[in-house]
Amino acid sequence: MKKIEINPITRLEGHGKIAIFLDDAGNVDDAFFQTVEFRGYEKFLQGMPMEEVPRTVSTICGVCRGVHFTASMKASDGVFGVTPTSTGRKLREMYFNAHYIEDHAVILYALGFPDFVVGPEASPAERNIIGLIGKVGAEIGREVLRKRGLAVKIFEMLGGKPNHPVAALPGGWSKRLTEEERVQVAGWADELVELGKLTLQVFDNVVLKNEAYMKLVTGDMYKVPVNYMGSVDEKGRVTYYDGTQKVIDLNGREVGTFTGKGYLDFISERVLPWSYLKFPYQKKMGPWSGITEGEGTNMYCVGPLARMNVGNGMDTPLAQAAYEQFHETFNSRPVHYIQAYHWARAIELLSAAEKLKILAADPEITSPDTVNQNYAITGEGVGIIEAPRGTLIHHYQTDDKGIVTNANLIVATTHNNGPINLAVKKAAKHFIKDGQVNEGLLNYVEMAFRPYDLCLACATHTVTGGVPLKIEIFESDGTLREELSNF
Amino acid sequence: MADKIKFAFLLAGGCAGCEMALVDLSENLLDALEHIEVVFWAPTVADVKYKDLEAMADKSIDLAFVDGMVRLSEHEHMVRVLRAKSKILVAFGACASLGGIPGMANIHTNDELFKQAYKDTFSTENPDGVYPQPQYFLDGKYDLTLPAFQDKVRTIQDLVEVDYYVGGCPPHHSFVAKAVEAIVTGNLPPKGSWLTSGKAVCDVCKRNPANEELERLPVETVKRTVDGMPEEKGCLLQHGFVCLGPITQGDCGASCLNVNMPCRGCGGPIPGIKDYGARAVSAIGSILGSEAATDSLLEKFPVLSKLVYRYSLPASRLKSNVR
Repeated sequence: MKKIEINPITRLEGHGKIAIFLDDAGNVDDAFFQTVEFRGYEKFLQGMPMEEVPRTVSTICGVCRGVHFTASMKASDGVFGVTPTSTGRKLREMYFNAHYIEDHAVILYALGFPDFVVGPEASPAERNIIGLIGKVGAEIGREVLRKRGLAVKIFEMLGGKPNHPVAALPGGWSKRLTEEERVQVAGWADELVELGKLTLQVFDNVVLKNEAYMKLVTGDMYKVPVNYMGSVDEKGRVTYYDGTQKVIDLNGREVGTFTGKGYLDFISERVLPWSYLKFPYQKKMGPWSGITEGEGTNMYCVGPLARMNVGNGMDTPLAQAAYEQFHETFNSRPVHYIQAYHWARAIELLSAAEKLKILAADPEITSPDTVNQNYAITGEGVGIIEAPRGTLIHHYQTDDKGIVTNANLIVATTHNNGPINLAVKKAAKHFIKDGQVNEGLLNYVEMAFRPYDLCLACATHTVTGGVPLKIEIFESDGTLREELSNF
Repeated sequence: MADKIKFAFLLAGGCAGCEMALVDLSENLLDALEHIEVVFWAPTVADVKYKDLEAMADKSIDLAFVDGMVRLSEHEHMVRVLRAKSKILVAFGACASLGGIPGMANIHTNDELFKQAYKDTFSTENPDGVYPQPQYFLDGKYDLTLPAFQDKVRTIQDLVEVDYYVGGCPPHHSFVAKAVEAIVTGNLPPKGSWLTSGKAVCDVCKRNPANEELERLPVETVKRTVDGMPEEKGCLLQHGFVCLGPITQGDCGASCLNVNMPCRGCGGPIPGIKDYGARAVSAIGSILGSEAATDSLLEKFPVLSKLVYRYSLPASRLKSNVR
């Protein structure tokens, strides 16, 4: 048995690596995606006052800076037995949509697009945002960065800092929006809608009009048929801040819906000794039966593609039009092609900008009534949101003073752990034949897990782009034959 | 301007929020790139590989930033390599300088951290009670290895000499430009110092009673932020909300106070403080007006170490296992 290791560098949430095993003929026998995503938050949050948790858990990730904050803030409403005021909720949503825009923009321009704009065969040294700016022109690059910066300004205005916000209160928000600030946000929102349109245009020009790329987008090597989960509003449309979790099977049939603590009826996480990341599965679809795809599997994935599959539409006009084009193009629901994640991400960027615009025009947003502090501690709260990367669940128990006694966090990348393993295995089987391994494999394997936008690779969500990979090829006797790396 | 500054940026542990401070320069990042040449940024921007960094001449990098704390052997190795190659090494942000929020893990043993994550959490199903293993033979034929976890979270200065420290979780992007400018112009404090205005959060806080020429009064009751809405005006400490502004560097412009929330100390200690948490306890103690007030502090924050050492336990004299 020959073993190939692909080693991304240690990430903020630890170390991810891919181990590929070849049979004697040099074809792929099996492949594993292994993760360290463990710093012990669920333990060291214990003993902290619940209202301090949001500004603390934000630091789980500096890229998804708004998501752990928002999910735990929603959980704190439950712990303190309080419903946010209408203005408090709208401020949270304004902030959250700004986060969606800047986060999706970074992911698309720094990670998603370079594969297509610069080219999947290009050298990793060029396949990054700098290379992308080289291709599309410095002016567009500067404009994208500037516009994304406006979303960061909204973040700072509402959250206190451009990163790791602090303005959470159970029942609302600690800062009111002045009329002057509202007018400013409204102006920025117009520009961010333009950024959303531009982003879809880039995708259209670069990917949809390119026959070779469409072969990758609709190719079986990047097709992972599993079940899907995401939030929907009362009309069944895609929603981000709050909704009902809907699970569908790989044929599009509804498995069930839940809110809050109901997640425990649907999701169990298995521990496997070869990864620091647990493996969740849909337990209503049968007991744990390993990491499988296709009919009968209880693996599921979350994130932009899952939302496009679970939701029956978008709640804003421009995004709805893009949603319809998306489904007309693939013409089979659910869409199992993982490269479609990038397109879904671009649609959501536009949708978040449209929502931001609506909120900025809402007269209620400047009301001083930002928080409801009629607390009655219940000692338990669950916050579920759709993070840019997918469903995020924060569940806390506290004592009768609101001091945390127990915590459970299930992040988007964890839900996707099984499907990522499947995607990597499939790509490896497709691209490695007869023992032939080359530099190109790096790109294609990257493209198998990049759509999921791994949180463990958050550090790569920088202007620098690529996920650093190393492949070590061993002979059957364990001697190192060859080493390839892109860092 | 002379030659471009040779610049390197390494993420050790942590969350990449400090790297985002650079990204958040937005279009100004493109201007910054005209003055600095990025010779290494993991994940790298140019065709520079780890082994290339290892092959670089000692002291060939003008300026290196490291963000994140140290938890894995890879972090340790790269920090040591970068130190050798760099003229100036900056511990950038709360994790690199002080250990940061993930440093609170040092209050617990690794077994406690693992047991919670892999056995006790509500949705975990672990019938055989397995933990992730450094080496595991799956089905007797697949040899799968994981990096072992080190015992404790450490800071950069626990491993190598640090020239300058920058506080903040993360440092504000405007501060990145300031720090680079200070280094370019050679306008620098002695090695081993924090790059800071030296002012405390209170000095830059619009709520400071001194602005109104008011006297500070002893505090009788300690409040959490759920014990009444922090008001838009007036010192939060005077209102009874624990705020660490008096002992924290104010390079943030009192950003948390601007949205009516108290400071939790991410900026790092003002000059002259050896142990942030110890000083926090004495600073809070000095403004509490009575035994009853002290009792209320301990009642409101039963695990006080997770308040006063929220960003700095690994850098403290206690290092860990504070209960």
